Amino acid sequence: MKKKILCSLKSAFPHTVPIMAGFLFLGMSYGIFARSKGLPPWLPTLTSVAVFGGSLEFVGVSLLTSAFSPIQAFLMGIMVQARHLFYGVSMLEKYKSTGNMKPYLVYGLCDETFSINYTATPSEKSDRVWFMFFVTLLNHLYWITGATVGSLIGSIFPFSTEGLDFVMTAMFAVIFLEQLLKEKKHYTSMIGLASTALCLIIFGKESFLIPSMILILTLLLAFSKTIEKRGGLE
Amino acid sequence: MTTGQIIITVLMLTLATVLTRALPFLVFSRMKNPPKSITYLGKALPPAIFALLLVYCLKGVDLFAGSHGIPEAIALVAVILLHLWKRQMLLSIGVGTVVYMLLVQLIF
Repeated sequence: MKKKILCSLKSAFPHTVPIMAGFLFLGMSYGIFARSKGLPPWLPTLTSVAVFGGSLEFVGVSLLTSAFSPIQAFLMGIMVQARHLFYGVSMLEKYKSTGNMKPYLVYGLCDETFSINYTATPSEKSDRVWFMFFVTLLNHLYWITGATVGSLIGSIFPFSTEGLDFVMTAMFAVIFLEQLLKEKKHYTSMIGLASTALCLIIFGKESFLIPSMILILTLLLAFSKTIEKRGGLE
Repeated sequence: MTTGQIIITVLMLTLATVLTRALPFLVFSRMKNPPKSITYLGKALPPAIFALLLVYCLKGVDLFAGSHGIPEAIALVAVILLHLWKRQMLLSIGVGTVVYMLLVQLIF
């Protein structure tokens, strides 16, 4: 069993390397940003352990530097994080029978972890549940490390990291491309792409996420029979 | 804010996040047969979400100002071509990122 656990870690790690680069960089940016707004040094570590959701943590900085309003914080949290509902629905099958790992797997289900755990195939020697656990844990640790280091060092960098955040864009581009290469019909991919692009144009970059999700859901459900019949799920 | 208020706010953000992540499992896991529409969405959603996440990463690109999204376009084309050629995930992502960093630091 010990060997199997080690193999799972070895199999999981390469999948998380792009996320390591992205999370260390973004996490550090977050830590630096939070400190620059006068928040206490322990705050980035606390939020990265507890919330573990990059975009909401950035939004959280502005919430924490304005008047105390827990209800507003909660509602803002639901709005920013609503897309996670989609991940849960998609992972119901994969996270079934994961035993006592399940609470943590669900707790750490961020964008990147979802993308890896949904698409990646663990090596034959490894255990599926441990593999998904390590993907989740490693990503969580990268984020905590980045945020903590950023909070401690402030804005002194030895070299320019401008543009490093593109690593996330490149990763999602590759994941989407892999999806296109794998699937037989592109109905659902194209519904996602067109809906999100359209909503971005109409609603603007600050508020397009929720309308995009509603449009995607509506279209997928409205055309479910056609999509299923024509092999859009294969 | 006082330290107590900060901690309460962080707790609210945590609660909201955990709720959005756990709700589908809480609602549907215990059912023997989740509704057909949910099983269908479980398969139909992921490709659409990957597209959504990609667009989400590119939301800051302004086609009509600054560098007009040219560095993003060049780097993405590099990622796609390299990936179609080699099919090596880390290589495509790594080279694409370096191309982008060089473009924004040296040219744009």
